[in-house]
Amino acid sequence: MEWSWKRIPAEYLVANVRLCRDGKLADRPGFLHVQKGLVAALGPGAPSREDLPVLDGGGLVCAPGLVDVHVHFREPGQEEKETIATGSRSAAAGGFTAVVTMPNTRPPVDHAPMVRYILDRAQETGLCRVFPTAAISRGQEGETLTEFGDLVKAGAVGFTDDGRPVMHGKLMQFALQYARVLGVPVTCHAEDLTLAGKGVMHAGYWSTKLGLAGLPRLAEDVMVFRDVELARATGGHLHVAHVSTKGTVEIIRRAREQGVHVTAEVTPHHLTLDHSCCRDFSPLYKMSPPLREQEDIEAVTQGLVDGVLDCVATDHAPHTAMEKELMFDQAPFGVVGLETALAVCHTHLVRTGRLSLGQLMEKMSSRAAETYGLPCGRLEEGGEADFLLFDPDEEWTVQPEALRSMSRNTPYGGHKLAGRVKATFLRGRPTYRDGE
Amino acid sequence: MILRSKDLIGLEDLSREEILTILEAAEAFRTIFDRPVRKVPIMRGRTVVNFFVEPSTRTRISFELAEKRLSADIVNFDASNSSLKKGETLRDTAENIQAMKIDMIVVRHSSPGAAAYLGRVLKASVINAGDGAHEHPTQGLLDIMTMRQRLGDLAGRKVTIIGDIAQSRVARSNIYGLTKLGAEVTVCGPPTMVPAAIARLGATVEHDLKRAVADADVLNILRIQLERQSQMVFPGNREYHLMFGVTEEVLRHTKPSCFVMHPGPMNRDVEISSAVADGPRQVILEQVTNGVAVRMAVIYLLSGGDPRQLGGGARTGVREEE
Repeated sequence: MEWSWKRIPAEYLVANVRLCRDGKLADRPGFLHVQKGLVAALGPGAPSREDLPVLDGGGLVCAPGLVDVHVHFREPGQEEKETIATGSRSAAAGGFTAVVTMPNTRPPVDHAPMVRYILDRAQETGLCRVFPTAAISRGQEGETLTEFGDLVKAGAVGFTDDGRPVMHGKLMQFALQYARVLGVPVTCHAEDLTLAGKGVMHAGYWSTKLGLAGLPRLAEDVMVFRDVELARATGGHLHVAHVSTKGTVEIIRRAREQGVHVTAEVTPHHLTLDHSCCRDFSPLYKMSPPLREQEDIEAVTQGLVDGVLDCVATDHAPHTAMEKELMFDQAPFGVVGLETALAVCHTHLVRTGRLSLGQLMEKMSSRAAETYGLPCGRLEEGGEADFLLFDPDEEWTVQPEALRSMSRNTPYGGHKLAGRVKATFLRGRPTYRDGE
Repeated sequence: MILRSKDLIGLEDLSREEILTILEAAEAFRTIFDRPVRKVPIMRGRTVVNFFVEPSTRTRISFELAEKRLSADIVNFDASNSSLKKGETLRDTAENIQAMKIDMIVVRHSSPGAAAYLGRVLKASVINAGDGAHEHPTQGLLDIMTMRQRLGDLAGRKVTIIGDIAQSRVARSNIYGLTKLGAEVTVCGPPTMVPAAIARLGATVEHDLKRAVADADVLNILRIQLERQSQMVFPGNREYHLMFGVTEEVLRHTKPSCFVMHPGPMNRDVEISSAVADGPRQVILEQVTNGVAVRMAVIYLLSGGDPRQLGGGARTGVREEE
C-alpha cells in the first residue's frame, strides 16, 4: 500500500532502512513499524505484515531523533531573532526531535510561569520536544537563587545562567546543592569575566595580528576547575556547556576519573573551525567561547571520541543580519547551528574515521538526552517514534538563505558538507522533509 | 609601478615595491613644502571624505592638509553629530556617503577591521587612518620615511619599538613595513602590554629596556594610554617611567647615532622624558611634516596617479597651482 506524506496514517511501516541504534549502524536493511506515534516493532529484514502503508526508505539511515541540549530560541523578548516556532522548524530540519532551551530570554526564565509559557508555545508548534532550563539566579544577575523547586515542578530540566557565568562561588555552590536534591544538572557557562575582560576572540596569534582583544583559554579553564571542585564538594551534577579548550578537556577527564558527577558538551564549530576563520573580521565567526586553535580542536575531538565529552550540542544562537553586520568587536556573540550540526559532524568526524556513524548518532541522541535525564533519544520497541532518515552520501553546500531558522548567522555558508537529513519524524509524524 | 589595490588598509597588504613607490612619491611631494605656494592641482575636481568616527587631531589635520595641497574637494565627517550616534550602522552610513558619488574616503574607527569592511563595501578608495589596534599604515609609512631620510637603506638596521604593543596599531604597521624593507624590529614593554604572539608577526620581544635599546639605530616610542592603568595593565605612571621610560640615561646605552621617534601625542615624563622629547636626538616634528607628504603620496597613487610623472617630477615637473 502506498504511503502518503500528505495524509499520515496512524499505523505504517518504514521499510528498507539501515537502523542505527545503541551506537551501531545495521549493515543490512531493516524496518520500523510505527503505530499511534510509538515504535511497535523494528529490526532487520522485512516486516511480516503486508497490509500496512509502506514508506520505502531507499536504504537511508534511520536513527533516533537527535537531541540538542543547548539552544537559544529567543522567545520571549527577541522574536526578531527566533521564536519557539521557527526554532523548532530549524531543529526539525536538522534532524532534531528534542531540544533544551537556555533561559537567557528577555525577561529570563527565572520563575515558573515562564517555564510553562515556553512549554505551551512548544506544544502549540508541535515540531519538536522542548525542554526548558531555568536561570540559576533571578534576572540572571548572579546574586539570588531562583525558586529551584517550583521551577522543576513547572518543567525545568536543569539550571543555568548561560550567556553569562556565575561569578559568585557561593551562589554556584548553593545551586549545585539545591539541584542535586531535585535530581537535575547545573550547567556552567565557564568564563571568568575578570580574565575574559573585553575579549572578543581567542587570545593568540590572530587576535594579536588583527588587533582584537583576546579571550584567553584561562578564562574558561579556571572557571571549569572551580565548578568541578564545587561539584566534587557538593555531590551535585555539573554540566559543562560548550567546552572549547584542551585544558578544560583535561580538567573534566581527571574529575570524571575521580568520580565527580560532570557531564559536558562540545559544539560542531569548536570541533571544526579555528581562530584563523576571523581573519577577515567577519562576525559570523564571533562566538563565546571563541574559536580556538588546532590543538584545542584536536583535544575536544579526542574528548568526544573518548567519551570525556558526552555529546554534541549546537549552542544555536540566532542573531539578526543587522547585528551581524556590525564591526567584529561590536557584534553579538553566537552562531546558528541546528541545520548544519549533523552534516558538519558527519563530514569532519565520521568521514575522517574519528567516529563511526553509529557513535556519532548516539552522541547526538541518547547520550545527549542522558546528560539532562531526558526521556528521549532512543529508538526502541514501545518507545516514541522520534526518528530521522539520513543520507550519509549526499553532498551539499550550505546556503544561509535556505535555512529554516529566522536567522542566517551560520559560519558554514558555502561549506561543502557530506550527509543530509532527508526527513524527521516526531511521534510518528513528519516534521521535516527534504525539499519541502 | 602603481598600487595593486584601490584601498590602503594596512602595510601587511603592501609589497616592498609598493612601499618604496609610496615613499619615493612622498619624497617628491615633500619638495612642494619648500615652495612659496604649497599646492598642486593633481586632485582638482575629486572629492575626498574624511570619515573620522574616532577622535583624532593630528592625523585628521595631516590628511586634510594633504588633500588641500592636492587641490581635492574635501568633506569632514564629524562623528559626534553623525547618524552613527543615532544607531545607524556603519554600512548604512557608508552606503549613503557612496550614493553622494565621492572618490575617496579616509576612515578612522575604533573597531579593527572597519577600514577593510568599508573597502569591501564601497567602490571609492578607502584609506585606513587607524582602525582600533589593527593598523595605521600612513603612520607606519611616515615613520619609515623619516628613518630612511636619516639612515638610507633600512636593510639590517635595528628599530626598537617601546610601549603598549598590544594596543598599538602603529606598532603593527611598523613591524610589517620595516621587516619588508629588511630592518630588524625589537619590541619592548611590560609583559602585560606585549602579546607573546607578536613575535610571529616578525618582531623580537625583549622586556629589558637597556638590552632592547643597546644596538638600536632608532627608538620608536609609543604613547601609553593612561586610562589603561585602571585596568591593572601596569602599576602606574611612575613605575612605567622607571622601567620603560626613555630618558637621557637610557640614551646613554644606545649608539651615539641612534635617534628617537614618537607618533604623538606624548605623555611627557611617562614614556618619554621632556629632556629627550625636546633633545637633539628626537625627530618627532620631522615625522609630522613627513606625514603630510606620505598622505599626499598615498592619495595621489590611489587616485590613479603615475609615480613616473613625479620622478624628479614633484621636484621639478609637478605644476604648481596657478
